[in-house]
Amino acid sequence: MVIAEPQPEELVYERPHTLLECATHYCPGCTHGVAHRLIAEVIEELGIRERTVGVASVGCSVFAYNYYDFDWVQSPHGRAPAMATGVKRCLPDRVVLTYQGDGDMASIGTGEIIHAAARGENICVFFLNNANYGMTGGQMAPTTLPGQKTTSSPNGRDVELSGYPIRVSEMLSTLDGASYVVRRSLHDPKSIRQAKKAIRIAFETQLRGLGFSMVEMLSICPTNWGMSAPQSVKWLSEHMLPYYPLGDYKVIPAVAQIKV
Amino acid sequence: MTLELLKGNEAIAEAAIRAGLQAYFGYPITPQTELLEWMSKRMPELGRAFVQAESELGAINMCYGAACTGARVMTSSSSPGISLMLEGISYIAGTQVPFVLIDVMRGGPGLGNIAPAQSDYNQIVHGGGHGDFHAIVLAPASIQEAIDLTGLCFDLADKYRTIAVLLLDGSLGQMMEPGELPPMQPVRQEHPAWAATGALGRKRNILTSIYLNPPDEERVNLQMLKQWHEIQANEVRFKTYYMEDARFAVVGFGSAGRVALSAVRAARAEGIPVGLLRPISVSPFPEEQIRQLCEQVEGFLVVEMNTGQMLDDVRLAVAGRKPVEFYGRMGGIIPFPDEILTEIRRMAAEPLTLDGHPRQRWLERMLAAA
Repeated sequence: MVIAEPQPEELVYERPHTLLECATHYCPGCTHGVAHRLIAEVIEELGIRERTVGVASVGCSVFAYNYYDFDWVQSPHGRAPAMATGVKRCLPDRVVLTYQGDGDMASIGTGEIIHAAARGENICVFFLNNANYGMTGGQMAPTTLPGQKTTSSPNGRDVELSGYPIRVSEMLSTLDGASYVVRRSLHDPKSIRQAKKAIRIAFETQLRGLGFSMVEMLSICPTNWGMSAPQSVKWLSEHMLPYYPLGDYKVIPAVAQIKV
Repeated sequence: MTLELLKGNEAIAEAAIRAGLQAYFGYPITPQTELLEWMSKRMPELGRAFVQAESELGAINMCYGAACTGARVMTSSSSPGISLMLEGISYIAGTQVPFVLIDVMRGGPGLGNIAPAQSDYNQIVHGGGHGDFHAIVLAPASIQEAIDLTGLCFDLADKYRTIAVLLLDGSLGQMMEPGELPPMQPVRQEHPAWAATGALGRKRNILTSIYLNPPDEERVNLQMLKQWHEIQANEVRFKTYYMEDARFAVVGFGSAGRVALSAVRAARAEGIPVGLLRPISVSPFPEEQIRQLCEQVEGFLVVEMNTGQMLDDVRLAVAGRKPVEFYGRMGGIIPFPDEILTEIRRMAAEPLTLDGHPRQRWLERMLAAA
């Protein structure tokens, strides 16, 4: 009888060490976890964990710093790009990122994000757009779609009353100071891979001193949307994708040359 | 070193640079704009960080970010701009990072005007944003003192990991006086151990003001209060003039204190035994010195360029032991020495009372004169 020697397991997929080993506070089905992982993977691939400083925002991602094994500061609501400016200007050789949601960035933080982009601040901005205020329980955000029901637009967003959603990527792409502004989505594996590639280009942009970069990621919020995760993914593709088309809104020539 | 003719705002800016300022973020507002302009020229030529922000909100949060790296950082503004900065000031206090703020006060409330006032005493000394915290607040009365206290602000902010404010009115920001600037200190090269600079060879640092668990937040508040008591015990600063044999005490800070000194000298020339207590640290407030003066003097006259904001702190220290009177001008009006002299004469000649409220008596006199 021949007994085969047991082969050691081959590890083909593991948690990036830049992510701490802990449970997150995010709801089941939420795509924050996906975005966190993608950012951690890229930081690890680039070997920049020891020189990265994150700026957390206010919203569901307020505790982002609990999940990453690098330095973080915590910004007031909407002010993350200003705080990141302060960090980066004092530590130009460090890698500085902000992680913000749509309530934080597209509403209370419009001044800070527009001017950080206009100045061409050499920072990376990761922007999760789930079309509502998640942390406070699903209120209407500037990104809430016309007709979309939220706890503060119970009959659906009435554009006569509340105006129209803001497309942040398109808006920032008009600024000369912005170097790399793209919109991706986290609703299926192909989109997630494309989002990771964009995150990589954003970091490369900063590492090469090429200026302001932002990766918008369309995200689902099953809890506040009142849907299951699969229903949420379907809703994102059917409703958010037409209103927020994926694409590269601003890629300056120097960034276009970056190959990842 | 030699004396130079220096404009207040520019002297403060250069004093900060020489104290090793690494980053300045600001927004234009009268009457402090020359400070920002000076920084816009000097900081880039020294290779240090300067950004003219999109708003006071942007400026204060750039400062917050810079402070989290352990850099010597400051901003400057004036009353309405300070109001906008209060959010960030509270976060900086909650995160316990060192930060220096220059407040060149003007008339208010609202848009008010751009003339000198001491309208922000309450906003800075008793307020400064939401939550329980205290900032160190130093109030110069001359350009030389503004230069000296600017350097001290940085040292105190670093020592206690706290906010230090230089509080002055628009006249001190705008006027020119001879002054001597300190020698240039080298910029600090190392970062404090607590700073967010990248977790190289150490555990990660997280700088935040959020304590979601109430017992944790309570503990932080108690620890901050304990530190404030240490600051109160060690950092009270004031000047007294003609107090040795004084039977009356004038109390005023900044420009009001300086004008009051002229009035006190004139009163002394008339034989009135009056002295002046000029708080330099309005926070921590020289409570103990005022309490001690209660043993010596028959009454106090508080002089301010507002409706009696520091008056409340003087009355708390006096605690009803001696009569207190008040004289204030506001809205951008600086009192003349003669006006204060008139009040000193009244205090010395008329029977003083512990009844009523000094602000009410002053208001009635002001309205009757108008």
